[in-house]
Amino acid sequence: MIDKTIIKELEKIVGQKNVLSRKVDLVTYSYDATSDMPKQAPDVVVLPTSTEEVRRIVNLAQEKGLAIYPRGAGTNLSGGTIPLKKGIVLSFQRMSTIIEVDPDNLTATVQPGVVIQDLNNAVAPFGLIYPPDPGTVATATMGGSVAENSGGLRGLKYGVTKHYVMGMEVVLANGDKVRFGGKTVKNVTAYDFANLFVGSEGTLGIVTEITVKLIPSPKYRRSMMCLFKKLEDAGHTVTGIIKSQVIPATLEIMDKMTIETVENYTRIGLPTDVEALLLVEVDGMAEEVVEREAQAVANVVKENGGELKLAGSDAERDQLWAARRAALPALAQLNPTVVLEDATVPRTRVTDMLLACQKIANKYGLKMGVFGHAGDGNLHPTILTDANNKEEMERVHKAVDEIFATALSFGGTLSGEHGIGMAKMRYLGDEIGESGLRMMRSVKEALDPHYLLNPGKMVPAKET
Amino acid sequence: MTIARGEKSRGTATLYDELEPVREELKKCMKCGNCMAVCPVYLTDKAEAGVARGKIAVAEAVLSGELDIDDPEVISMLFNCLLCKSCMQNCPTKVNFDRIMLALRAAIVRKKGLHPLKNMIFSLLKQPKLFDAGMKVGAALQGLAFRDDPSKKAISPRSPFAFVGKSYGFDLHRSLPELAPTPFRDSVSEVVKVKNAKTKAAFFTGCSVNYFYPQVGEDVVEVFKENKVQISIPKDQQCCGIAVFVHGDVKTVRELARKNLDAMEKSGAEYLVTACGSCGGAWQHEYKELLGDDPIYGPKAAYWSSRTYDISTFLTKVIDYRLPTGKVEAVVTYHDSCHLKKTMKVSQEPRQILMSIPGVTFKEMAKPDACCGSGGSYLLTHYDTSKEIAKRKVADINQTQADYVTTGCPACMMQLLDHVGRFGRGQKIAHYISLLAESYRRERTGGTGYVR
Repeated sequence: MIDKTIIKELEKIVGQKNVLSRKVDLVTYSYDATSDMPKQAPDVVVLPTSTEEVRRIVNLAQEKGLAIYPRGAGTNLSGGTIPLKKGIVLSFQRMSTIIEVDPDNLTATVQPGVVIQDLNNAVAPFGLIYPPDPGTVATATMGGSVAENSGGLRGLKYGVTKHYVMGMEVVLANGDKVRFGGKTVKNVTAYDFANLFVGSEGTLGIVTEITVKLIPSPKYRRSMMCLFKKLEDAGHTVTGIIKSQVIPATLEIMDKMTIETVENYTRIGLPTDVEALLLVEVDGMAEEVVEREAQAVANVVKENGGELKLAGSDAERDQLWAARRAALPALAQLNPTVVLEDATVPRTRVTDMLLACQKIANKYGLKMGVFGHAGDGNLHPTILTDANNKEEMERVHKAVDEIFATALSFGGTLSGEHGIGMAKMRYLGDEIGESGLRMMRSVKEALDPHYLLNPGKMVPAKET
Repeated sequence: MTIARGEKSRGTATLYDELEPVREELKKCMKCGNCMAVCPVYLTDKAEAGVARGKIAVAEAVLSGELDIDDPEVISMLFNCLLCKSCMQNCPTKVNFDRIMLALRAAIVRKKGLHPLKNMIFSLLKQPKLFDAGMKVGAALQGLAFRDDPSKKAISPRSPFAFVGKSYGFDLHRSLPELAPTPFRDSVSEVVKVKNAKTKAAFFTGCSVNYFYPQVGEDVVEVFKENKVQISIPKDQQCCGIAVFVHGDVKTVRELARKNLDAMEKSGAEYLVTACGSCGGAWQHEYKELLGDDPIYGPKAAYWSSRTYDISTFLTKVIDYRLPTGKVEAVVTYHDSCHLKKTMKVSQEPRQILMSIPGVTFKEMAKPDACCGSGGSYLLTHYDTSKEIAKRKVADINQTQADYVTTGCPACMMQLLDHVGRFGRGQKIAHYISLLAESYRRERTGGTGYVR
């Protein structure tokens, strides 16, 4: 518990209305979008409106030894924003100005609280897009997605958040403000700090301004659905498409369980007698090229015995993507708790991983649907369970352990896009080893020796 | 009758009588936060306590005993919601958030009783004669505190009252509809007969049409006449009760529901038609749910639920309405009232009607179904938030270049009147039915100029 004088000092820094300390308010910052996580209310929530305020808050927190948890919209899936050790939640929701859109340099500069979709709306009149599009584009903030290095549906062709961050302003744990990078395409001055802070999950510094790269919006696109009677055929199609030198913007997969559930939920007419379904979209600036790529995809699907349905209109395209977007909510309807993972494997092992997931689900007697970004090798094994059922949760945890072990054995990774947070921290050593953990701590302690920033996340402290 | 009025009869309790059943609804929330994209309160405050996900977390804390339902902080937070149901449109797991809010507010009233002032006002609603007399006295005296603005058919506070009322938004720039000197139901006969009537419908006017917008009532009558529908306007119909239900007064809303069911049953009508999303929603959904285990009124509520239509749905789907031919030159936009679209699921029908009027150019605004910030009494208790929400709405309206803002709910009309007055470009506010009525009238008169 912190004393009233600290609240008063915080109020002096950001104004009374930007400090929340009522019990009801604190309860509403005790969670994020991650299931099966402990809840913990912070001591206080502060909503800064400028970098200078952030600096002063950090100085105060340092002096009083209080932890700070930077928070965007709290939509992450790794328990990354839960204030585990109490202290100050630093919510950036009221620091949400788009500082500049520079169409000539193809950049935008934003405050961390800007919602991703709002940035896209602001650059659309210039014919530009900011490509990273996690499922939560309409709510997630730029600051949060930079901290989590968010991916999304377009990752295969357009990359993820780290490919778009050109410069930043960061407040460090010692209260220093640092700016690096900027609007230049090339910049090799100093270390590549942008890439250090992207995906650092709020453990190294507090991002207070971001400059991102924009690209011209693709003018043409073709979307299609491909149905397969055998899971293996879908897997071969994924690698076959890439081998034919087509990089689709989106290449998504759903397994049988997911297809059936989506169809039950939406009744949009998905066939339920298939083992797997791929959703593919190719796009580009020239119609002829896009058509040629679509044709190439169609050929690969045919070679692998798949059935192809091409979206003939925007309405049909929307319906295809509605099916994909319905995957998680439809699965979530079935049970009170949804454990959503994002183990990722090299593209060539997608089929193996899908089959392994089915086996694991059977072994532990669990309901599991698998869907995800097949082109990225980024799958979302989704376990449907009930957090109140202790016995089942034990099986869930064992299954999750095994999913991670399997992904690593295939040369994959624990997390493709959700991050480590607290949900996967204990597996970290399995992937990067003891030396990797030591390096994590060295970096962390160089910048934040007292573990003030987002403690208990990503970097396991020495004692454990 | 054997059941004490306003009391629960028997059978299983609803979640408005005990809190326990709310647990099932709470479990559905994944805390994904999709509600943040659309919640009008959250988009204004940017604090988690504003949005559905945060309120659900507080509800969970109440049920687990971590927070007390009668804690003033909890109460204030639970009332900072417009019940606009926007979050429910965006909810992947379809949490019935309105039921959670209403159940918790009902629980507050069960534990603490109604606030004495609310109790006084709500009791008045149950005594229709007294309520009616009060509204008429108000109509007679409104000139003392408000000045008339004939250009927009509105009144604004006079200076000494504006000074006192400033913190509640009653400043000099506040526009309010005038209280009608003669309420609508006093000015029409109980049955409006037509020759060769196709069918019989009852019109449930709601309080706003009766006391503030009698001309909308007259326009509804005009449209029925033109479509050969015999209409009855039962004199003993009363407030629909939604306004008290949202304050947790389950007893009063049940009582009003029973009285209204009696009134409609006596009318002998085939259908019940409304021109207000909140009233229509009450008939379609809330009455049925509130009286679900009442052996006498439960079945009646279920019957009328299936016979209730917004007038736009009645015209386009139940009877095949006659296409108007009178020309109404106007650029028109349409605001989706939350209760009309999100409770009654009516959104295409009013647009279809507007577009069928010769001379009307229809311009869609961005986010037409974003809440206007009214929330009934929310605008009185949270004027600043309400105003910020309305400001965003009016900005979208301004973009359309329309000169008429239409909607299907009188509460939205009042809110739009106030804030188009503050942030708009002098656009006129109308119920969409008024444009149709005007088109029919012009078939006879060939008139032009502004719609009344």
